[in-house]
Amino acid sequence: MSALLDVEGLEVGFGSRTSAVRGTSLTVERGETHCLVGESGCGKSVTALAVMNLLARGGHRTARRMTFQGKDLLKLNDGGMAKLRGNAMAMIFQEPMTSLNPAYTVGSQMTEVLRRHKGASQRAATDRAADLLARVGITAPGLRLGQFPHQLSGGLRQRVMIAMALMCDPQLLIADEPTTALDVTVQAQILRLLAELQRDLGLGMLLITHDLGIVARVATRVSVMYAGEVVESAATAQLFADPRHPYTKGLLRCVPVPGKQRQDEPLGSIPGTVPRIGPGFAGCAFRERCDFADETCAHIIPRHAASPGHDYLCRLPA
Amino acid sequence: MFNFLIRRLVVAVLVAATVMTLAFILTRLSGDLATSIAGPNATQADIEAIRQAYGLDRPVLAQFFDWVGRALTGDLGESYFFKARVSTLIAERMPITLTLGLTGLVIALVVSLPLGILAAVRENTGLDRVVQMVALFGQAMPSFWLGLILMITLGLNLGWLPISGTGSWQHFVMPGIVLAFSAIPALTRLTRAGMIQAMGSDYIRTARAKGLSRASILLKHALRNAAIPVVAIAAVQLGFMLGGSIVIEQVFALHGVGFLAWESIGKNDFPVVQAVVLVLAVIYVALTMVADLMNAVLDPRLRGP
Repeated sequence: MSALLDVEGLEVGFGSRTSAVRGTSLTVERGETHCLVGESGCGKSVTALAVMNLLARGGHRTARRMTFQGKDLLKLNDGGMAKLRGNAMAMIFQEPMTSLNPAYTVGSQMTEVLRRHKGASQRAATDRAADLLARVGITAPGLRLGQFPHQLSGGLRQRVMIAMALMCDPQLLIADEPTTALDVTVQAQILRLLAELQRDLGLGMLLITHDLGIVARVATRVSVMYAGEVVESAATAQLFADPRHPYTKGLLRCVPVPGKQRQDEPLGSIPGTVPRIGPGFAGCAFRERCDFADETCAHIIPRHAASPGHDYLCRLPA
Repeated sequence: MFNFLIRRLVVAVLVAATVMTLAFILTRLSGDLATSIAGPNATQADIEAIRQAYGLDRPVLAQFFDWVGRALTGDLGESYFFKARVSTLIAERMPITLTLGLTGLVIALVVSLPLGILAAVRENTGLDRVVQMVALFGQAMPSFWLGLILMITLGLNLGWLPISGTGSWQHFVMPGIVLAFSAIPALTRLTRAGMIQAMGSDYIRTARAKGLSRASILLKHALRNAAIPVVAIAAVQLGFMLGGSIVIEQVFALHGVGFLAWESIGKNDFPVVQAVVLVLAVIYVALTMVADLMNAVLDPRLRGP
């Protein structure tokens, strides 16, 4: 059986000058959490939006393969894609404060998804919405359904977004940094909730984050993105135990680990910034910040397999 | 919400009081009223007689408070020329002016909402630019000129519409179009800007991620938010149109309040002029309050927690 979501060679450009995603491949299996990590601007969110076909105006995507439940997403027109979105594949965003429509009640925004995709009655949809609000840990769901977004805190709004995404029992949930805009205690609650829902509902989840702490806790599989490319991909334990790409190693050094680190040892950092990548760029995008770079890094870089299910993009041998 | 209403009401009363004062002062500043009412051939004795008959010999402050006091009880005085109650004169003509204003507003909304939405959806295309150009020309066109052009083409050459009078609903179409033209540019641009902003917002991305239909995204989710400023400006524009009808009623010979004001200014019938200014101002203030209320209805954030 093919993977739930299978993307190969995804390219996304805006206009003719910037390439935001360059040949990204990733798969999400049923019931697994695949984390996409990387710095701001590395193309994580754009990858997710490209899969949902929600790119902002001016963005265009191409891919060698992009299938969902075996269906070819590249062949679907807008209408066909709209039938999947919010239905079999749902998405939650980074900005809970602005992602709900200020003019409509929580109930109205939640029920319209079920009514649209499943043709449910208003009454059935309201019951479902109330159940899901309770499921995501909101007390007094009946009250919340009648409220407007501005009457809710950021954490509550993100819970509403999650409940809304679950209205039609999706197979795939894409969560784009769902906790970044929330304060730390709420972050932990939302993450625990997502992990719990993923397990209980058997969701395939693509979780985008730049927080390796989150990755360690919830991910089955991790892909590290750098400048629009997946530079390393492995099962979570594998990646943390045996990182191969210099960038992955650098990222892991930036995370303090209690007990493993000496008090006087400075926390790691990666010097430099992500380069601007235009079309026609060749070689390793990380080479200017890499301690191991030499002149061969400007050429085409092979993808090595370190072990089954663990590959990375670097000239350094396995 | 209640406090908000009270505050708005206080401001409205203050604006009305200011307008009353200004209307009174401006009519006095236009010259010696007794002399102009009496006409060029009047003797000094005639002028004095008129001055006393109309109470113009009394101190200005006494005249002012007399007028204000009576206006508060609904008594707007008597017209010198028509020899009739001013309130009756205005009440008789108000339906025509209101019909004209509302016709203009409806035409303006029917034209500018779809145009604005269309321009926003096709942002930065040829269509968008054409719509913007039309809006620009609409803004620049004097209404009496457009009125005459319409009369010549639709009225005289094509014979589709009557060119003057108030006999049927057709009589209101042309003046309505002319009046609408003054509001269309602002409303179109406001709709366009609001829709562009809404379409780029996070909640529209959410609506798309929910797989909603294009119609629902545009008309339910985006337009509802884009319409909030449009509604407010539309109510204010209706106020402008009622005031602007002074020119249009003259061009199309519609005997409404604007026409009355025009006649009365020419005849120095200052009780009527003062009263028309006051009534239009009160309507205008009331409309801005209605706009605020409609904003609160459309934008739940204004209704408070």
